[in-house]
Amino acid sequence: MSMIEFHDVQKYYGDFHALKDINLTMEAGETVVLIGPSGSGKSTLSRTINGLERIQSGQLIVNGQDLANPKTDMNRIRKNVGMVFQHFNLYENKSVLENIMLAPRIVLHRKEDENKKLAMQLLDQVGLADKANNMPSEISGGQAQRVAIARSLAMQPKALIFDEPTSALDPEMIDDVLGVMKTIANDSSMTMLVVTHEMGFAREVANRVIFMADGQILEDDATKEFFDHPKEERARQFLSKIINH
Amino acid sequence: MITILSDHWQELLTGLGWTLLSSILALIFSLIIGSLFAIMEVTESKVARTIARIYIEIFRNIPLLVITSFFYLVIPMYVVKVNGFTAGTIGLTIYTSAFIAETVRSGIQSVDPGQMEGARANGLTFWQAMSNVILPQAFRLVIPPLGNQFVNLVKNSSVLAFVAGFDLMYQANNIASITFDTINSYMVVGVLYLIITMPISYYMRYLEKRLA
Repeated sequence: MSMIEFHDVQKYYGDFHALKDINLTMEAGETVVLIGPSGSGKSTLSRTINGLERIQSGQLIVNGQDLANPKTDMNRIRKNVGMVFQHFNLYENKSVLENIMLAPRIVLHRKEDENKKLAMQLLDQVGLADKANNMPSEISGGQAQRVAIARSLAMQPKALIFDEPTSALDPEMIDDVLGVMKTIANDSSMTMLVVTHEMGFAREVANRVIFMADGQILEDDATKEFFDHPKEERARQFLSKIINH
Repeated sequence: MITILSDHWQELLTGLGWTLLSSILALIFSLIIGSLFAIMEVTESKVARTIARIYIEIFRNIPLLVITSFFYLVIPMYVVKVNGFTAGTIGLTIYTSAFIAETVRSGIQSVDPGQMEGARANGLTFWQAMSNVILPQAFRLVIPPLGNQFVNLVKNSSVLAFVAGFDLMYQANNIASITFDTINSYMVVGVLYLIITMPISYYMRYLEKRLA
């Protein structure tokens, strides 16, 4: 079974039709990059996958469970689908280490010593073991985003959604974050959906690239195919703007 | 003032005790009840929001004396007999919790919504997110107004005098009627109230500085 399946998904904000006839399948282990102009619905689409946004019709099956069904336990889905936000959303009242350890402790009931060991391992992996006892307000944006990634990884999810993870960062911080993401994409069997404008990253790690505009998926291609021969005129325009800016 | 103190220290001490006990009980319960209604106000459930709204609007806008009289004079007629202290403390709790609910709600709403989203996306339930992430930050933000509520609560506990609650104000009335020394009776009690409320003010200011 596929990890994520959209079947004719519609999403409205009042009268505004935010997602139109979305059909999309992501297999386990796949890395998919989602691009498109602002307001195209890519953030909304990514946020429907863990139920932060509800869909109004269609079927959205994540890890075997239908999110359109009001009886579906969202917490169970969120245990398996992590999310990394544009603005990190680290817990401001907890230290870096506690940010990573909180959910595994109270959601997964992981043993304290094991929890701490894994958290330190992850901090080490993202290059921030020395910041374990700092508060989120004491570290830079790029560091905060790497902590947020470690926090998601600590749940050992099957899928990880990145919603513009580098858009709020200073340019010199972006590479560190992308580096961590590349490692995850290459080394793990996690399904990754990345909403981003980083075309270099997309070229290097994505299996597929999806282009959205006006709430619709206009193009869904293998990465090389997409960059070399974009079919849609709007995708071509978008690419030329974003690459030659 | 010295004569009042030396002649009536026993009554004053009793009054101080009841005032303190009533204030502490009302403080604990109105913090719990107020926080609960504050959380109800920010849930997705329309029923919970409506219930909280109604409670807050009613008890915030009725004089404390009316609420307390209701418990002291009306409830005993139909339900169960309550003494003055209990009626006063219940009235105080209900009244104060409405204000604390508003204060805590404003605190919760000042916390970046991203904190809740981050917590939910991380797998926490609404209540886990509230207790571990949102409330600790919300309380920190509302320490100054919460301190005001605590000071008000101690002062408002003088409502007990009206329902024979044996508190400081009640003792002051008694001492004044016995000694006819109204000025000094009420001055002594005023000072005793200050002794309770000033440390609260200072402690809240200290907390505010330390946690800011």
